[in-house]
Amino acid sequence: MNEYNFAYLDEQTKRMIRRAILKGLAIPGYQVPFASREMPMPYGWGTGGVQVSAATLVPEDRLKVIDQGADDTTNAVSIRKFFERTAGVETTEETGRATLIQTRHRIPEEPLTEDQILVYQVPIPEPLRFLEPRETETRKMHALEEYGLMHVKLYEDISQHGAIATAYAYPVKVEGRYVMDPSPIPKFDNTKLEMAAIQLFGAGREQRIYALPPWCDVVSLDFEDYPFEPSKADHACDLCGAVESYLDEVIVDDAGGRMFVCSDTDYCRGRRAAGHVGAQGVPTEEGAA
Amino acid sequence: MAPLLQVRDVAKFYGSRVGCRDVSFDLYPGEVMGIVGESGSGKSTLLGCLAGHLAPDAGAVIFDTAVDGPRDTLKMSEPERRMLGRTDWAFVHQHARDGLRMGVSAGGNVGERLMAVGARHYGDIRRAAVDWLGRVEIAEDRVDDRPTAFSGGMQQRLQIARNLVTGPRLVFMDEPTGGLDVSVQARLLDLLRGLVREMGLSAIIVTHDLAVVRLLADRLMVMKDGHVVETGLTDQVLDDPQHGYTQLLVSSVLQV
Repeated sequence: MNEYNFAYLDEQTKRMIRRAILKGLAIPGYQVPFASREMPMPYGWGTGGVQVSAATLVPEDRLKVIDQGADDTTNAVSIRKFFERTAGVETTEETGRATLIQTRHRIPEEPLTEDQILVYQVPIPEPLRFLEPRETETRKMHALEEYGLMHVKLYEDISQHGAIATAYAYPVKVEGRYVMDPSPIPKFDNTKLEMAAIQLFGAGREQRIYALPPWCDVVSLDFEDYPFEPSKADHACDLCGAVESYLDEVIVDDAGGRMFVCSDTDYCRGRRAAGHVGAQGVPTEEGAA
Repeated sequence: MAPLLQVRDVAKFYGSRVGCRDVSFDLYPGEVMGIVGESGSGKSTLLGCLAGHLAPDAGAVIFDTAVDGPRDTLKMSEPERRMLGRTDWAFVHQHARDGLRMGVSAGGNVGERLMAVGARHYGDIRRAAVDWLGRVEIAEDRVDDRPTAFSGGMQQRLQIARNLVTGPRLVFMDEPTGGLDVSVQARLLDLLRGLVREMGLSAIIVTHDLAVVRLLADRLMVMKDGHVVETGLTDQVLDDPQHGYTQLLVSSVLQV
């Protein structure tokens, strides 16, 4: 293969990370500290997710990497290449064929199965951070289950915007115990957090790993009179016509022209290959997009 | 009537230095106790010990809890004590900035304690916040402004509203009028006196301002070098001071 150990990290490091992952799975939503390593990429590019993926990968895995739903953006391409070179694993862009998916800010539209692992890249793992800057205090709040402050944030949203304006990184309560930041996924994806696949969250700079076992109870926080609403652009995908997928708004010219397209590129391609055509789409050959 | 708070031989040392020692007193429901003394006399240390912010080295602080009756708060577990801190107790800091969340609106500041004890209905929380802002004379249209946009006196009143919204039975106040100009002080004292009487609150007020205790406190405790040197009814202590230090303190007040 090459001079790297399998999946770049040395075996001792992977062991350390696996221990943190197991602890995280045992205590859903709890942020397990771990000795995050320097990775050959800058913080903010997914160093936490990469370390979790490296510790979880086996040579038989098929890896998919997505960035904001897309398989073809810089972050996704560079991490995929990284593991192609250091682990030699097979890679894919198809959600259904992948066994391990590393993601940044999205959950794939296609439901995942119990044979799959979803790894999230997390910038700020602490949901209370912007309300309470002291780490000692936030740890105490988690330990004592003092989560009133989280609702203060939602209160502020309603008082300023008339509705809960938090649209991504929407806080959830896991198994009735820990309040968790689901990483900056749109709140549209929050309802998918209860799924068959194992979900692992890695924050490299902040040195935290947390996890959701399959079918874990995940409740998005809200008020009785302002219930949680998963939201998306009120539109259909202009390429594949999907109405139930999360959409990106793309500005196409300087005259205010815009189109809405599926943020999950694999999902969109799959639909177009199956013959669905959106308002601005043209029928395509398989793989031509 | 059973005392609300019984303090027994509380002592706190900073290394070999004495913070406060041999402090004992009873506080009855509805009673306001003033603690006066010069800077460094151990007033704030004592208050910190009573309110659970500092761990005393000796003594007992027995609070008559609403649920379990009298309990030594120093032997409680931390979650219990913190729960007490946001239900039955309130703490008004000298600097409003220490007691407020400056990045959160006035309504959010008042609502935080309600949400911390489980309120989950936005409309109810907001109504309570507006009601309490009214009670401390902050106009309803300021409910969504941040405390940074408030004057010092308003911040202090907001802090009081935030503390009293859950209907505490015991309020700790550390120099509540410190740093405010005299006319604002007078209004704040008036407000506090009204609220204390109206809600039947017990309070412990630490101050070096004798006018504050004259107006608010039923009883007075004078501290010097970590000790209590004199206690008694406020008027009695101020009008007929027995201890040399109290005499000095009373005579030091400037007469205008």
